Amino acid sequence: MIEIKNLHKSYKMGKNSLHVLKGINFSVEEGELVAIMGSSGSGKSTLLNILGMLDELDEGSYTLDGVPIKNLNETKAAQYRNKFLGFIFQSFNLINYKSALENVALPLYYQKVGRKERQEKALKYLEQVGLKQWATHLPSELSGGQKQRVAIARAMAAEPKVLLADEPTGALDSTTSYEVMDLIQKINDQGNTILVVTHEEDIAHMCKRIVHLKDGVIVEDKKVEQVRASQYV
Amino acid sequence: MFNKDRWKEIVEVMSSNVVRTIATAFGVGWGIFILIILLAAGKGLENGIRQDFNGVATNTIFMWTETTSMAFEGLPEGRNFNFKLEDVELLRQNIPELRILSPRNSIRLEEGDNVVRGTETGRYRVFGDYPEIIEQNPMYVTHGRFFNHNDIKEKRKVVVIGNRIRDELYNDDEEVLGTYLKISGINFMVVGIYKEKTSNGGGENSERQIFMPFTTFSQAFNRADNVGWMAITAKDGSSISNLTEKIVNTVKQSRKIHPKDERAIGYFDLYEQFNRVQSLFGALRFVAYFVGILVLISGIIGVSNIMLIVIKERTKEIGIRRALGEDPWSIRLQVLMESVFLTIMSGMIGIIFGALSIYGINTLLNAVGPVDMFLNPSVSLGVVVSALLILVVSGLLAGFLPANSAIKIRPIEALRNE
Repeated sequence: MIEIKNLHKSYKMGKNSLHVLKGINFSVEEGELVAIMGSSGSGKSTLLNILGMLDELDEGSYTLDGVPIKNLNETKAAQYRNKFLGFIFQSFNLINYKSALENVALPLYYQKVGRKERQEKALKYLEQVGLKQWATHLPSELSGGQKQRVAIARAMAAEPKVLLADEPTGALDSTTSYEVMDLIQKINDQGNTILVVTHEEDIAHMCKRIVHLKDGVIVEDKKVEQVRASQYV
Repeated sequence: MFNKDRWKEIVEVMSSNVVRTIATAFGVGWGIFILIILLAAGKGLENGIRQDFNGVATNTIFMWTETTSMAFEGLPEGRNFNFKLEDVELLRQNIPELRILSPRNSIRLEEGDNVVRGTETGRYRVFGDYPEIIEQNPMYVTHGRFFNHNDIKEKRKVVVIGNRIRDELYNDDEEVLGTYLKISGINFMVVGIYKEKTSNGGGENSERQIFMPFTTFSQAFNRADNVGWMAITAKDGSSISNLTEKIVNTVKQSRKIHPKDERAIGYFDLYEQFNRVQSLFGALRFVAYFVGILVLISGIIGVSNIMLIVIKERTKEIGIRRALGEDPWSIRLQVLMESVFLTIMSGMIGIIFGALSIYGINTLLNAVGPVDMFLNPSVSLGVVVSALLILVVSGLLAGFLPANSAIKIRPIEALRNE
């Protein structure tokens, strides 16, 4: 599903150049649930940004579902993001003047799905994350856990190939974190490919595979026995 | 473009900060308001002045004789002369483009009253004219009639007097028609009273004149075939200004004036005058647009500014939307539409207030009666349409910078902004 070869990325900071990713080789199969771990500055967010086509790579190649991702203009990148990727952010990033339903329907709107169909689909995904009765509420009327569940529903709505979660539990308490991880595991059980960036060990062990980044290189890549989050809920 | 979701979003954004939206809208509304009011005021002035020309054949020159300034064919310089009736015929034959040729004679005003009615006397200008003069001189007959060709033919001693003369020589309730006035010792019957058509100054003296048939005048005051003055109107297709030279030259030839004598014949070109006024209106309109658009520009800059701030505030939202896969063009379109919508809405309010003010001014004008050189200020549908067009263009201009800055936001940077 994801194929990365010899990925390099550096940032220019004034005169100095900061080499963040120093030759990453990495692939993800369909249906995997991968945790990307590392301390801050290890390059994990940069990797996720490149995977999410929010940032461009300097060197190497990136193939997503057989499509080479390179030299994208903004329009093309937007199309690919919409078609291939679902984002889940640490700070939820819901649009605060739109209701939960409208937020979930947003990616579908960008796909130019008709209004009625959009609403039906969005409602279906809201139901899947258990928030159907909250559909008309604004984000400000929802708790943190609920917001993240809306964000997950939104990421799912466009039926992407890969879900990218950047510290999805970073802003949540542990009970809520486990609820969210439970939801992510269930979505993975349905066959969806998910990448989770985290620095929390327990969250990482709820995935099926852990990739450790340190100073811009992968130092460890191992399959783990998945801890089901449902036992903590 | 006519997408429900887009409009919903525009309304949501506008109503999220109502005070700011209204303050921004005010700038544009004010600009359009000024533009409309200026154009209407210009139109009012134009209508007022046009009314002065109303019913007057503007394609007209007035021509009179002066003294010669050059000797010619044995005749000395400094010679006084008159046009003759044969000149009128000559012009009529030689220049077929002429529509009306009115010869006129008048009595030179001297000291002392020249008109007597019973115990009342007055000092008035007296003209001998042809009936066609009424097309060239802006007046209308309020009582009785103007003289006609039968009066000319039979040299009837009838006169048409100005409204002022009526006021000065008659009592208010007195019947004027059929009474007699003694002009320079000769009795004439009053057959009509005229009023000046123009509303501008000079009305007082121009309603203190007496008109009688040309032939009557010539006989009564011993003018033989002399003609003192001519009003000449060209046909609608041709310009009198172009014919003037030919007319003057024809008359010079028949009156034995040196062809290069510029002073012998005086004339006044009404058409040229009219054109000058016309171009004044053009200049007025230009000034109105110029000032209006300048004021509008400051409003537009306000809109542009606010839109930039709104984009700044929405940086993160735009980043999220980009991450979710919104086309940059869609974001650009959204910003442009917001800007155009805001501009048009505020412009409409400006137009509405402008129209209400014009309505108010008109009501006021109707209430206080006619005002000199100002009549019925108004704007045409064309002006409103062009104002709307200006608004759309300015809305696009106002949105252009903010829209560009919106799509320059890279999603990664927007999302980092926490």
